[in-house]
Amino acid sequence: MRFAVVQFPGSNCDQDCVHALQILGQEARLVWHQETKINPEEAVILPGGFSYGDYLRCGAIARFSPIMAAVKVAAERGQVVVGICNGFQILCEAGLLPGALTRNEGLHFRCETAPIRVETPTTRFTSAYVTGQILQIPIAHGEGCYRASPDVLQELEARQRILFRYCNPEGEVVAEANPNGSSHAIAGICNARGNVLGMMPHPERCCEPEMGGVDGRGILLGAAGVGRSL
Amino acid sequence: MKAKEFALTLGLSAGEYDQIEKGMGREPNENEIGMFSVMWSEHCSYKNTRRELRKFPTTGPAVLVKAGEENAGVVDAGDGLALAYKIESHNHPSAVEPFQGAATGVGGILRDIFTMGARPVAFMDSLRFGRPEAKGDDGKRTRSLIKGVVSGISHYGNCVGVPTIGGELVFDQAYDGNPLVNVFCLGTLRHDQIRRGAAKGVGNPVFYVGAKTGRDGLAGAAFASRDLTEESKADRPAVQVGDPFVGKLLFEACLELYARPDLVVGVQDMGAAGLTCSTCETASRGGSGIEIELDLVPQRETGMTPYEILLSESQERMLIIVHKGREAELKEIFARWGLDAAEIGTVTETGRVVVKEGGKVVADVPARILADDAPVYEREAKVPAKLAERQKLDLRKILPAKPKVREDLLKLATSPATGSRRWVWNQYDHMVGLRTVVRPGGDAAVLRVEKPGGGWVHVAMTLDGNGRWCAQDPREGSKALVAEACRNLACAGAVPLGLTDNLNYGNPHDPEIFWTLREGVEGMAEACRFFDLPVTGGNVSLYNQSPAGPIHPTPVVGVVGKVEEGVRLVPGILGKGGGVVLLLGTQESGGLGASLYLQEIHGVLAGKLGKVNLKAEKELHQLMRSVLKLKGVRAVHDVGEGGILWALAEMTFGEESGGAEVEIPCGSNERPEEALFGEGAGRILLEVDEEAVTGIEGLAKEAGVGCYRLGKTGGDIFVIRCGVVKEKWAGKELKDLFHNSLPKVLE
Amino acid sequence: MRAVSKAAGYKATVTVTLKPSILDPQGEAIGHALQNMGVKGIKSVRIGKHIELEIEGGEEKVLRAKLEEISKELLSNPVMENFHLDLQAGG
Repeated sequence: MRFAVVQFPGSNCDQDCVHALQILGQEARLVWHQETKINPEEAVILPGGFSYGDYLRCGAIARFSPIMAAVKVAAERGQVVVGICNGFQILCEAGLLPGALTRNEGLHFRCETAPIRVETPTTRFTSAYVTGQILQIPIAHGEGCYRASPDVLQELEARQRILFRYCNPEGEVVAEANPNGSSHAIAGICNARGNVLGMMPHPERCCEPEMGGVDGRGILLGAAGVGRSL
Repeated sequence: MKAKEFALTLGLSAGEYDQIEKGMGREPNENEIGMFSVMWSEHCSYKNTRRELRKFPTTGPAVLVKAGEENAGVVDAGDGLALAYKIESHNHPSAVEPFQGAATGVGGILRDIFTMGARPVAFMDSLRFGRPEAKGDDGKRTRSLIKGVVSGISHYGNCVGVPTIGGELVFDQAYDGNPLVNVFCLGTLRHDQIRRGAAKGVGNPVFYVGAKTGRDGLAGAAFASRDLTEESKADRPAVQVGDPFVGKLLFEACLELYARPDLVVGVQDMGAAGLTCSTCETASRGGSGIEIELDLVPQRETGMTPYEILLSESQERMLIIVHKGREAELKEIFARWGLDAAEIGTVTETGRVVVKEGGKVVADVPARILADDAPVYEREAKVPAKLAERQKLDLRKILPAKPKVREDLLKLATSPATGSRRWVWNQYDHMVGLRTVVRPGGDAAVLRVEKPGGGWVHVAMTLDGNGRWCAQDPREGSKALVAEACRNLACAGAVPLGLTDNLNYGNPHDPEIFWTLREGVEGMAEACRFFDLPVTGGNVSLYNQSPAGPIHPTPVVGVVGKVEEGVRLVPGILGKGGGVVLLLGTQESGGLGASLYLQEIHGVLAGKLGKVNLKAEKELHQLMRSVLKLKGVRAVHDVGEGGILWALAEMTFGEESGGAEVEIPCGSNERPEEALFGEGAGRILLEVDEEAVTGIEGLAKEAGVGCYRLGKTGGDIFVIRCGVVKEKWAGKELKDLFHNSLPKVLE
Repeated sequence: MRAVSKAAGYKATVTVTLKPSILDPQGEAIGHALQNMGVKGIKSVRIGKHIELEIEGGEEKVLRAKLEEISKELLSNPVMENFHLDLQAGG
């Protein structure tokens, strides 16, 4: 699969995503935020960082950038779109995913390896895993507290659109293991059609043993459509 | 005599003013005096310390850019790879406004590194505050300083996407009211990418790029001397605000610019004294002159005077000189990154910095006099009157008749001074960039860095300071620091390549303080020479005092090294069990003089470190690197503050770590507390497989370094024997105290 | 002379703004974004904080003094910010 990794001026995980994808044998190109074209066969990654400084609200300014119109079209065409961390925030601001990401409940930026639990293997992003599998994936954010209306949360639950939840090392979803206070311990969700994924943890940071683990590979390979063959 | 009076209000001395007038051949105007006041300050000229700094060894086969030549030193890491790194202080700004003070400190050191042509890849921070657990206003102020500084570093570092991978955080009453915020940055580049800050080529255009100029950072002294109403004073504070987003754009744009062949002539960041400093330094280095027009400088505020524009410390600005005819390329790159790029002047042959406003000359100064001719002082030095008294130590008056080691260790585990620093580094993105191999919390941080030809080089780095040691014995304390930093690197299998230093001291006009500074420099210089470690630059921060008195003399060193081929990196914490505990080095503890133990447990700062045995240290480090190439080494931790018992306890604090059962040697004339908590000797603890012991013992014997078997790991209790002392702690009991002590006082 | 100096309840609004000379990176970034979006005529953007407090009854003068103190000590950072206090009966 060929990936288009969008580069906003304040993106800082763009190169990391390209590196991880290349390690996994995927092609990746950087797409500047002022460009207007995503190719029809490409999967899109909105990487982590601080797209435009993110002073007002994370992702608030990014959604108006020229490339986002193309990303919307790609999502509507059914192309894969993955928003990681700041990318998740942008997807929510742009309306490609429901809800919003607000300041962490503890008010601090948190960077650590957080266990997350795979809730369903029936999406392309999670097909490499089994239900209940615990992944060790780094988080690094100050605004990762997922909030949505009760209707939206109910819909996400009912349609199994919650792909990952924060959990303790034993796999239990408990308040102490929730690093940011997200509703329903949500770490990642997808859209109804199943082609748009937003997640706060960084799969690209755990694709090599030297970086502390390889639990993120399945997600990126899933996005590439290589899922089960892992 | 009006000019002279003005000079005096800006902190220049009468003698300095006379020298300026003589050098210029006329009476300088207000703008020129302002320029001199900053360029001839200690911060820019090192006028009080230059004589001392010359004592450092600054050359070596690995040195590519020497101390003082450019914004940061550069060393060779092999395979065409070079490392640019430097430490700098932001103590005073952080005391006034901790968040912005720390944030702009990070931004400043970042610019120093990418100015050299390097891509910044890691930050570390060395932070010192008063006691956060103190009662009343002192504690309250300290806690808010700590939170502000940590958030400021987190804010800037996380946003620019450079990981903060280590450092130190120290609490000591000596820093009450005068915190130390020293920030370090490392960048990587190819040898051929090194950039110089010289203005060359008459007629070449001088560009101003980055954020607009405002009245940020204008010194209070300058305002006090002018007609300003109370109201306008309130509106013109000295606080500089950092904009990490613009900082990130600026370094990406600059790196893109450098990548264009033969485009850039010289680059200089605008730090202290912004425009003044960058123009006169580039002109002086290039043996040229520069002429600029202030009306062309992008300004954030209206009605700024030449004086204000010349001395503004607005952040995120750079001065760039490119080859004539290539202006459009520069403009195109900066426009793409959404940044201002204004051509404000040209390189001339006059050797002068000429500043115009609306075509009229408002300052005209020979660049060399401004940049390089600041006076160099030999300050008076005197041994502190009370030093000998303070160095005395009578343990009989301090230690209880019967050792209370169990309580002692519980107290250490509870103290915020020794507790886990996770609360801090969890707030720093320490993984971005996919280079962090050893994360914060251990002896040294390790990064992997791309070699120009592909593949990785592993770079280890550490920051170390110890005001307590240096207060009690400035010379040996400073030597011990360098030894400890090298030992930390050895624990990561790394050979040190270079050192950057931040000298934090009080008022140099106080002969006792100047004496401690000189001793400190000489001690460091001696140790650096012994370890073949060039000093590649750094920073001096003086006048660190509060009404309660000066801070401890606190040199901080940052040492960068390269992990040797074949080394297997191991954690600093124990595994689940089944290993053997070994001690490398000496059985002697070095005693309790100036120790953390005496301060934390008995509230006493007394005695001094034993004499540092540099030869033994060097042999130990070499052995350590060899041992790390063997199979079966599970964990390594250096014995530092708190002595061997604290080091062992720390090894059991890993989330998954089991306990240990060890016997610690106690000399016949020694109190068990000395054996357990003495921190004066260079030693390293290992957890290894049983099968690996013989091999390690063999290497140690060859190296002439002691190797002692202390016990075994496993179970979930921590058991020690030492002379008459036999104690145990439930592993979880200590672990919980250790991990909660800092959040408990700060949250 | 003002009749009311005591009420059953008050609403206070504290507006905290950066002092004019202090750089406002947030405002700069938003101003820049608006420009990029083609919005014309905006000369500058400055961001501040709007803080609402509901307060039990008491004497207005005492309350005002107390709120001034809170605004100075906690709600604003006097090194960099100014504040404006608005106190109204009711609420």
